[in-house]
Amino acid sequence: MPTEDEIFDKVREALVDALGVDDDEVTPTATLQGDLDAESIDFLDIVFRLEKSFDIKIERGELFPEDILTNTDYVQDGKVNEDGILKLRERMPFADLTKFEAEPVVQNLGQQLTVKDMCNFVAHKLAA
Amino acid sequence: MRWFWIDRFTEFVCGSHAVAVKGVSLSEDHMHEHMVGYPIMPNSLITEGMAQAGGLLVSEQYGFGELVVLGKLAKAKFHTQVRNGDTLTYRVKVESVRSDGAAVAATAHVGETLHAEALLFYARLGQDVSADLFGAKLFRPRDLQHWLSLVGVFEVGVRADGTPMKESDYPLQECSSTM
Repeated sequence: MPTEDEIFDKVREALVDALGVDDDEVTPTATLQGDLDAESIDFLDIVFRLEKSFDIKIERGELFPEDILTNTDYVQDGKVNEDGILKLRERMPFADLTKFEAEPVVQNLGQQLTVKDMCNFVAHKLAA
Repeated sequence: MRWFWIDRFTEFVCGSHAVAVKGVSLSEDHMHEHMVGYPIMPNSLITEGMAQAGGLLVSEQYGFGELVVLGKLAKAKFHTQVRNGDTLTYRVKVESVRSDGAAVAATAHVGETLHAEALLFYARLGQDVSADLFGAKLFRPRDLQHWLSLVGVFEVGVRADGTPMKESDYPLQECSSTM
């Protein structure tokens, strides 16, 4: 099991290669979409690089559970309801959802996903 | 001019790799319009050739029945110049295929000389997305079937187990007059 620093270094390398950003832009608190300008197709690229780098398999919806965010049982008027929040917590134990829960607008989830969340996701996968 | 940037497949192994060729001719308009007085094959069109070869390989993974589009050119390097009379050989390899898209590594050679390298990502949009977005499908199955036949996919194509691909295994016949 790699250390936290080793995971961060590999995640940073994947993000630098996939997004064309500089090393120093990839900080733990940087958001993928907001700060690093990741677009939806970039997530395919990032996941591809993480799978190769860590020798793991990442299924669709594991990193970003879009199925919850498009399910009308969990989303009303563009906001995730209480059941949806519980489901997100269950599916995203690696992410800090505190900020999202304060204003659970669907679009905010992607905007608030950070490099640290991604490192936690990899650690979570490696520990599984 | 038609938007065909590969002439023929010489190898097509489902889910694995493919090899396609394109002959570069002085009769093609783009040879004269890219650098006037100095005809070369534009690298953008070589990229399109690699993308078409990889795209058909990926599309097969979804049964040739869904819309697959080039989403991202993650890497592209070019090393030489391609001139009239050259034959480009495109080699594409499926690096990853998922339910939401695929990654393909591609090269272009002239003879033994490496000309281009690329890493391409394709997005799988599903069966109905184009109709949702544009009010019509972008591809008619019959058009795709015609293209696959022109470039010899079913002449050289084999499944992962080595058995020949069969056109009848794919939904390529017109099922409706609605586009």
